[in-house]
Amino acid sequence: MSEEIDETQTGETVVGEQKEIDNKMISPEKVEEAKLKTRYPHLGAKPGGSDFLRKRLQKGQKYFDSGDYNMAKAKIKNKQPPMAPTEKAEITGDHIPTPQDLPHRKPSLVASKLAG
Amino acid sequence: MADIISTVEFNYTGDLLATGDKGGRVVIFQREQESKNRPLSRGEYNVYSTFQSHEPEFDYLKSLEIEEKINKIRWLPQQNAAHFLLSTNDKTIKLWKISERDKRAEGYNLKDEDGRLRDPFRITSLRVPVLMPMDLMVEASPRRIFANAHTYHINSISVNSDHETYLSADDLRINLWHLEITDRSFNIVDIKPANMEELTEVITAAECHPHQCNVFVYSSSKGTIRLCDMRAGALCDRHSKFFEEPEDPSSRSFFSEIISSISDVKFSHSGRYMMTRDYLSVKVWDLNMENRPVETYQVHEYLRSKLCSLYENDCIFDKFECCWNGSDSAIMTGSYNNFFRMFDRNTRRDITLEASRENSKPRAILKPRKVCTGGKRKKDEISVDSLDFNKKILHTAWHPKENVIAVAATNNLYIFQDKIN
Repeated sequence: MSEEIDETQTGETVVGEQKEIDNKMISPEKVEEAKLKTRYPHLGAKPGGSDFLRKRLQKGQKYFDSGDYNMAKAKIKNKQPPMAPTEKAEITGDHIPTPQDLPHRKPSLVASKLAG
Repeated sequence: MADIISTVEFNYTGDLLATGDKGGRVVIFQREQESKNRPLSRGEYNVYSTFQSHEPEFDYLKSLEIEEKINKIRWLPQQNAAHFLLSTNDKTIKLWKISERDKRAEGYNLKDEDGRLRDPFRITSLRVPVLMPMDLMVEASPRRIFANAHTYHINSISVNSDHETYLSADDLRINLWHLEITDRSFNIVDIKPANMEELTEVITAAECHPHQCNVFVYSSSKGTIRLCDMRAGALCDRHSKFFEEPEDPSSRSFFSEIISSISDVKFSHSGRYMMTRDYLSVKVWDLNMENRPVETYQVHEYLRSKLCSLYENDCIFDKFECCWNGSDSAIMTGSYNNFFRMFDRNTRRDITLEASRENSKPRAILKPRKVCTGGKRKKDEISVDSLDFNKKILHTAWHPKENVIAVAATNNLYIFQDKIN
């Protein structure tokens, strides 16, 4: 009797392994998805589409005080002679960004994924 | 320092090749005329004109940085001695006139040869200025500026076959312009939902039909293409045709929608077919059949088992373009590691080539490359894990008539031609 039970258990284990192997062979995508889910468990809780889309539509958004920005722009304009080529003006002392200084960086999605 | 090339486009004859870069510059190359004196420079492309098309801007009302990167360049068909092209960044489209000047007037009455004004009281005689030959000068001047019509980022422009109008598409809207009129454009597609929380897809590319001036298509981030007929109504929100390949629901994963997003759509020259590029494949559609593509070509299927890391490094969002050859018998698209792929539609043969200086000398025949997907790696093969994902070929162009191709590899432009027998 115990032998029969043992055989059944072994049989089930074998079937379980076969299913895992089948999945791996059938869908590398699903394997990758499982990997992603273990690294970012709360990802996919909201509809994936709107996250990416919102990020895409917001590209280029920079937050700072527009008043300070305009003051800094005016300051630099006064310092430069009108015919000078556009050089990166060295800003010492005040760290107000100007168009030339704004980094040309595409915001990565990874940061927002981790922030959830 | 050369900037990253963001668009490449041949003109209608293939004599001119325009590139736009991340710094807002446009560089135009011209093909040398073949001559018996210099047989080796058969059809070489040399720099013809360089100009700054767009500058960085800041919309401080919306706290938005507007990049000067040129997203697309499209040539107008040539109507006189000058050449015209449209170039666009995220927000503004500009019509540029490129003209040659090889004569200049000499012998002015009121100014010297160096431009200084002459003292009028010293002028005692009148002369007629004469036109003298001068070194060829190529001038680029902005003729029209089409601004303030796009809230979102422009991804496509396309010149209509009527040669009078063109369309521009951003993430949610498509506008129709007349080339002569800059203060007005017609909105022909608007997919912005009333509530932005309900947003599920965006427009990724749009193109006018090459012959039927009332027809255009636009692709979406969900892998669908809509064909619209402008005769149906002023607003083309309802499509005439809807192209989508059915998906097996059991194979759906987190990545399915992302990799199905179409990054480029191009009509064939014949106007009978269109081609779409998604992350892993290129599909050819017959305009008469909406329920599935007629041909599917795998570009780099080996990346399917790398989707997790490609998502983490954002590469999964890379937007590859695709193009047809002049006779529509072959198609080309880029990949990673500076590889690009060409598919012959008739023989079903495909080839992988590399655009790099280290691995090929000028005028040498390119060697086909192969990516090893598993198991033993043969000599000359490259394993998937050794691919450089920073070296991406997103932009390629094919000469409209000959077997000449232009491939942009980051900040280098490669031009390849059929070997001379």
